[in-house]
Amino acid sequence: MKPSRFKKPFSIAALLAGLTVLLSGCSDQYPVLNPVGPVGQEELHLIKLSTVLVAIVIIPVLILLAIIVYRYRDKKGNTAPYQPNWDHSTKLEYLWWGIPIVIIAILGTFTAKSTFSLTKPPVESADIKPLVIQVTSLDWKWVFTYPDQKIATVNYAEIPAGVPVQFQLTADSPMNSFWIPALGGQEYAMPGMDMRLWLQADKIGTFDGNGANFTGEGFAHMDFKVVSKSEADFNAWVSDVKKNSPALTVDGYNKLTEKGTAEPQTFSSYPEGLYENTVDKNGGMYMKHDMSNMSGMENMPSMAK
Amino acid sequence: MDSIKQFASTFFVTGDPMIYGADVSIVLVSVAILFYLTKFKKWGWLWREWLTTVDHKKIGIMYLIAALLMLFRGGVDAILMRIQLAAPNMKFLESQHYNEIFTTHGTIMILFMAMPLIFAMFNIVVPLQIGARDVAFPFLNAVSFWLFFMGAMLLNLSFVIGGSPDSGWTSYPPLSELGFSNGPGENYYLLSILISGIGSTATGINFLVTILKMRAPGMKLMKTPMFSWSVLATCIMILYAFPALTVALILLFIDRIGGAHFFTLTGGGNPMMFINLFWIWGHPEVYIVILPAFGIFSEVVSTFSKKRLFGYTSMVLALVSISIIGFFTWVHHFFTMGAGADVNAFFAIATMAVAIPTGVKVFNWLFTMFRGRISLTQPMLWTLAFIPCFAIGGATGVMLSVAPADYQYHNSYFLIAHFHQVLIGGVVFGMFAGLYYWWPKMFGFKLNDRLGKWSFWLWNIGFYVCFMPQYALGFMGMTRRIYVYGWDRGWAPLNMVSTIGAFLMGIGFIVMVWQIIYSIKHGERDTTGDPWGGRTLEWSIPSPAPLYNFAEIPVVKSRDAWFEMKEEMAQPGYQKKPVHIEPIHMPKNSGIPFFMAVFFFIGGFGAVFEWYWMAIPGLIGIFACLFARSFQYDTDYYIPVEEVEATESALGRL
Repeated sequence: MKPSRFKKPFSIAALLAGLTVLLSGCSDQYPVLNPVGPVGQEELHLIKLSTVLVAIVIIPVLILLAIIVYRYRDKKGNTAPYQPNWDHSTKLEYLWWGIPIVIIAILGTFTAKSTFSLTKPPVESADIKPLVIQVTSLDWKWVFTYPDQKIATVNYAEIPAGVPVQFQLTADSPMNSFWIPALGGQEYAMPGMDMRLWLQADKIGTFDGNGANFTGEGFAHMDFKVVSKSEADFNAWVSDVKKNSPALTVDGYNKLTEKGTAEPQTFSSYPEGLYENTVDKNGGMYMKHDMSNMSGMENMPSMAK
Repeated sequence: MDSIKQFASTFFVTGDPMIYGADVSIVLVSVAILFYLTKFKKWGWLWREWLTTVDHKKIGIMYLIAALLMLFRGGVDAILMRIQLAAPNMKFLESQHYNEIFTTHGTIMILFMAMPLIFAMFNIVVPLQIGARDVAFPFLNAVSFWLFFMGAMLLNLSFVIGGSPDSGWTSYPPLSELGFSNGPGENYYLLSILISGIGSTATGINFLVTILKMRAPGMKLMKTPMFSWSVLATCIMILYAFPALTVALILLFIDRIGGAHFFTLTGGGNPMMFINLFWIWGHPEVYIVILPAFGIFSEVVSTFSKKRLFGYTSMVLALVSISIIGFFTWVHHFFTMGAGADVNAFFAIATMAVAIPTGVKVFNWLFTMFRGRISLTQPMLWTLAFIPCFAIGGATGVMLSVAPADYQYHNSYFLIAHFHQVLIGGVVFGMFAGLYYWWPKMFGFKLNDRLGKWSFWLWNIGFYVCFMPQYALGFMGMTRRIYVYGWDRGWAPLNMVSTIGAFLMGIGFIVMVWQIIYSIKHGERDTTGDPWGGRTLEWSIPSPAPLYNFAEIPVVKSRDAWFEMKEEMAQPGYQKKPVHIEPIHMPKNSGIPFFMAVFFFIGGFGAVFEWYWMAIPGLIGIFACLFARSFQYDTDYYIPVEEVEATESALGRL
């Protein structure tokens, strides 16, 4: 039996099948591959670029492997050359030190460029005033507070399409990671820290989000929906929430921090400085230097838990 | 009476029928072992031949048995998880149970399966390959093994007594701190890894010294076989990496039992310190387990292509550069934790750079086969399966290293698929290749070919069926460590496929165990000591090797020392040199390593439950063992010439 003859085509087929799925996943089921905003698109661009660059090495390796194993198999009457003492070729070895170095140099350059650019709001919407949403990870639900609109939500968020959103992330629980694959990559929500993530939706729609870093028993139930609407609809939603939803009180928030899962909720207001105080009480007070852009928070009323 | 009941219900894990099943089977297996040992009067044999041995070959075999048992345990964990994830809204496992299982799966597979498996190969092969009679510190070697073993037992005990750890094998604070993870589970994790970690560090020292100081005369560093080179590079990494883990775990332990705040922000500590320290060990750790596999592939490819290893110098350079660059990549495990763009860019590029020497190694293996004569033996099959699998796994690794893209991959099933592909396709396939290759050297017979091929194909097909869908699931937004998911996100079909693949691998493992059992009786015997046409010194001695390995220490002239010797012998007019045998200096067996590890276990178990009445005597016992050893002067002996001659002529070597 010569299993290798079956194995090579199989593994190549597996690779191709894999690549096809990776590159052509063309339905809503593959949000990472069909991002609806500039952040996700930039990341997708890098995913595609890196796939192509690694394929330049991988595909020849697989083909070479198949050819070599077939051609040089130990079989009577095999006429292929046999040079048992040939163990070195400076030229060839330069070649395969060189090619990966070039590929890594190209990929490294693009990577560094995007890493820097993603810390800023998307370039194309630079002159649009961003929306700020503060996100707090609790055991086991997400609380969203809108500092400009003064409303709050649980496990549900609405955003205006075409407007860059600055998510500020923290946790009042073990660290989690905040991920909306259709909009772009994730960032950790960590207790005592105030993390930043830029995202933007260019289309109207409803997108899935979830926690990506394990936080304990109810972690699997920390999925939420993000609804992207036209700016007018978004504003209408805000006024509706202000008018018709209950207020989130200090007691109400403290109830939310208790372990358990939650249904989506909306609140017409929330205690002032809720997010800032959450950061502070979890250790943010030791990390003031990281929060230079949160002026005035020192004067906020402290929230007793 | 009520207080006893109360104690028992928290001490023993209760309420889950699967745990009761495990309880029963543990008791039954223990009784069966005790019965067997007593009935056949094997206690003395067990004590003299195994528990007190300092022979590297026997220690290697014990590592191997323990690693295969742990592979079984970790594999059962994997199957349970895959059953739970096979379909949406499964009720097979509770959240708590699932969390414990994925935590122990990761901990066991990395620390109690992969590590002992590579140590098994170190022990079995390195001294034989470099022409030595044992490792540099045989007593310490036994200490290492027993510490690993007791550490593994401690962790495995957790699922029936006290409860398993449940905050992931990475155990990030604050989740792993008091308040979020009370109870003994997390303590089990910390202490079992700390205890076995002492053993791992000692093994690193031991083999570093062995390779540097005990090579046969004439074996310059650049003439050392590639597997031994890979072990050398690995040991250096162990020495730099493991202290970071030890420190991280001790600090977390002090946080937990001493009320310190090293990793809690509210007390002025910082959890990021744990995460950094953990991965300063954790990333080198994956190279620690893969480099020996690279060494094995180099040996296997050369032997079964009947050709010298291509680009030896490049291979050494690649090993050394991986072991250095490997220490500058750890931040890629948390690109998404808000490090600045400059930090992320640096670690992204350093991570990609690891692909360069790795790629070089793949090309050198290909060109070792090029213009060779390839025979598809079992070790070679695993090697050939490794190349495409690892190439794809490496490619997805480079994709993951692109920091901004990683924001989309991080903690998703894309990541899960990637690291399983490099760890299974790389480490496990590598260790299997080594296992089949050196099996005759260990036991004197080959493993059955037909069963081996069944196992090989089940493993391989199972692997791709299990893990290829997981890449796609990552793009669908599925994250790791969720025990349940709904219908709405479309993850169901691919998860089902993945579960089928896991079962195929499980069947592959069972066939492999059956292959071993079958071959003990029916395997092809190796009477020559050189069943594969080997090229390095371990094939120059009988299988299994005698206690002292080499009756006369060989003199090495070239890289493929044994191959050259065989060529010399084949020359017409070759005169066999008379063997010159002298008394052989050997270390004496000792029970101290075993007892010391038992005290570590007792102390560790006491510390898990914070029972100082138990932990402190354990600690005293450890020091008593150290004390006893330092006043032991009669630690070695000589095998007389007559005995060596008798053994050698019985083996047909004189």
